[in-house]
Amino acid sequence: MKSLAELAAIREKMKDKVAIRKGLGQVRVVVGMGTCGIAAGARSVLSAFVEKVSEAGLSDKVTVTQTGCVGNCQLEPVVEVFEDGKEKVTYVKMTAEKVSEVVEQHLKGGKVVEQYTIENYKD
Amino acid sequence: MIRSHVLICGGTGCTSSGSMAVREALQKELEAKGLTEEIKIVTTGCFGLCALGPVMIVYPDGTFYSMVKPEDVAEIVEEHLLKGRPVARLEYHEKSGDHHIPTSLSETQFYKKQHRVALRNCGVINPEDINEYIAVDGYRALGKVLTEMTPDEVIQTMLDSGLRGRGGAGFPTGLKWKFASGNRGKVQKYVCCNADEGDPGAFMDRSILEGDPHAVLEAMAIAGYAIGSDQGYIYVRAEYPIAIHRLEIAIKQAHELGLLGKDIFGTGFDFDVQLRFGAGAFVCGEETALMTSIEGNRGEPRPRPPFPAVKGLFAQPTILNNVETYANIPQIILKGAQWFASMGSEKSKGTKVFALGGKITNTGLIEIPMGTSLREIIYDIGGGVPNGKKLKAVQTGGPSGGCIPASLIDTPVDYESLAAIGSIIGSGGMIVMDEDNCMVDIAKFFLEFTVDESCGKCTACRVGTRRLLELLDKVISGNGELEDLDKMEQLAMYIKTNSLCGLGQTAPNPVLSTLKYFRDEYIAHIVDKKCPAHVCKKLVRYKIVEDKCRGCTKCARNCPVNAISGAVKQVHTIDQQKCIKCGACMSGCAFKAIVKE
Repeated sequence: MKSLAELAAIREKMKDKVAIRKGLGQVRVVVGMGTCGIAAGARSVLSAFVEKVSEAGLSDKVTVTQTGCVGNCQLEPVVEVFEDGKEKVTYVKMTAEKVSEVVEQHLKGGKVVEQYTIENYKD
Repeated sequence: MIRSHVLICGGTGCTSSGSMAVREALQKELEAKGLTEEIKIVTTGCFGLCALGPVMIVYPDGTFYSMVKPEDVAEIVEEHLLKGRPVARLEYHEKSGDHHIPTSLSETQFYKKQHRVALRNCGVINPEDINEYIAVDGYRALGKVLTEMTPDEVIQTMLDSGLRGRGGAGFPTGLKWKFASGNRGKVQKYVCCNADEGDPGAFMDRSILEGDPHAVLEAMAIAGYAIGSDQGYIYVRAEYPIAIHRLEIAIKQAHELGLLGKDIFGTGFDFDVQLRFGAGAFVCGEETALMTSIEGNRGEPRPRPPFPAVKGLFAQPTILNNVETYANIPQIILKGAQWFASMGSEKSKGTKVFALGGKITNTGLIEIPMGTSLREIIYDIGGGVPNGKKLKAVQTGGPSGGCIPASLIDTPVDYESLAAIGSIIGSGGMIVMDEDNCMVDIAKFFLEFTVDESCGKCTACRVGTRRLLELLDKVISGNGELEDLDKMEQLAMYIKTNSLCGLGQTAPNPVLSTLKYFRDEYIAHIVDKKCPAHVCKKLVRYKIVEDKCRGCTKCARNCPVNAISGAVKQVHTIDQQKCIKCGACMSGCAFKAIVKE
């Protein structure tokens, strides 16, 4: 170790990797991982969220977790976004591609991606 | 991409209850389910709740599982890690009135009142990965002292913080460093770490070494800079294999990153650490004996002065601090002396780790601000005495300490308050006793320990403790006389004042403190020839209650020495001459017809 900058670089790189152990963040993204969700592809949605949240540098603020079936099996993969003091947002029929938009616009930009929410879902 | 961390305790407690088998099963299950890219297993140091091991925590949700078995793992993976539904039957439940609520670790009563400074990384980071230590500000304190502070400023910070030695004596750490700070760069000096933790029931140093070894290395390097030393030694007992293993890894990793070795942070400061293993002698926890042992000689103490700061290891100026003392230091450097001094009581600053054991619900490791009352420790954090028994006493300080009676339970725990009532904080062992413990027997237990461990160099300790034990034995076997109590007190004072080192000087404390607070129990042994707690075998009699005995003959069959006679369906009797007081009759009786008196 030749300088403090070197130490700081390791610290920055590692911080994200242990941030998960601080517990739940201020924003919680919950992916439905019941049998129905998994069959509809929830695993790749979950992975995409974890990846994109980290890439966007939101690991401190956003926690990605999973839950069981929420009852809308035909709309899986279902993703719910909880934020303290705000209404829950429910996204349905999620895909890895849609995840990028949700992370960029909603989690980072603070603007709900209306066309993917359950309210705007049409068969 | 990792989305979840599963922390499994790899401390000695959980390892012996099988946490490594759980880890292995989890690894296999994750591989089978193809989850190894998403879920990371982290082996950590001790979480503190050793009685509930193996302990596991799943993040980010923080679900706290206790007593996990390998066969539970498949369910945890399938239900929790895959589908996000915590397995309720394995979650730790805290009793709250009639309700059992699943509780995350930080929300338990056991944790709420704790304040973790020395233990802050134990159970949080992987001790075998230096990068995780760096992620939680590791080695930043060393960087700070090397680049921003003069050695004298470091010592001043230690003085201002009020940190005192956590090994037992409570000597101010900053003062110790100051005494050794002269002639920097002109003479060879040494920084030693005392990890020869030997008190029965104490395991805080082991947990720190196992859970956060880098904190100790970092602090030793800081101490090296402060006094002008480039060489450190950790004297750790060979009976701590996991601690040694992790220290070896930590030293190697610190070398690879250049955080130990030559020219650290490009400042020209060199520091290295070597390990020395203790072979199990209790006396080697005494500072002069420890240094003699590092030198390669038989571990025996020598008179002080000269103190180690003047003439220590290899006859050079040396500082010697305890593991827990070191674990506080990086935090003091980063957060400042005022932050540390704001915790604790007037003369005892900061926090202290205690190993809670004996008759207590939550056996384990706790860290609390100095000055917390014994009542809070035992009832709020420890969960009280189990099985509805009554608290009788708390033993603190191990073989050098004393027994505090239940009537003094509101005493704040700090150096001065405990000394005032005849005990000490010591290294931090805290053994809780209930009405089934005989205090004379407890005194004998600790005295037997010191008799065994006396190195034999000085007569007061070698012969004195043995004679004292003989007097205790006389009381316990029912042959004591009242004047023996005065003899014991006289002899105890003689041993205290004439012994060469701390071992002998404190060895009579368990006898003195029980004589002070539980003299009536001694008198019961001597005058009534009875042991009130029914512990001392020679004074206990097993008796059959006539109107409860149905004559089932079970006790007669259970008795290994044929001391019980009686016909079928007739009341049985015990021949006291033959009885060896093993208790087999009593534990086997279905009618509770056998009593001890």
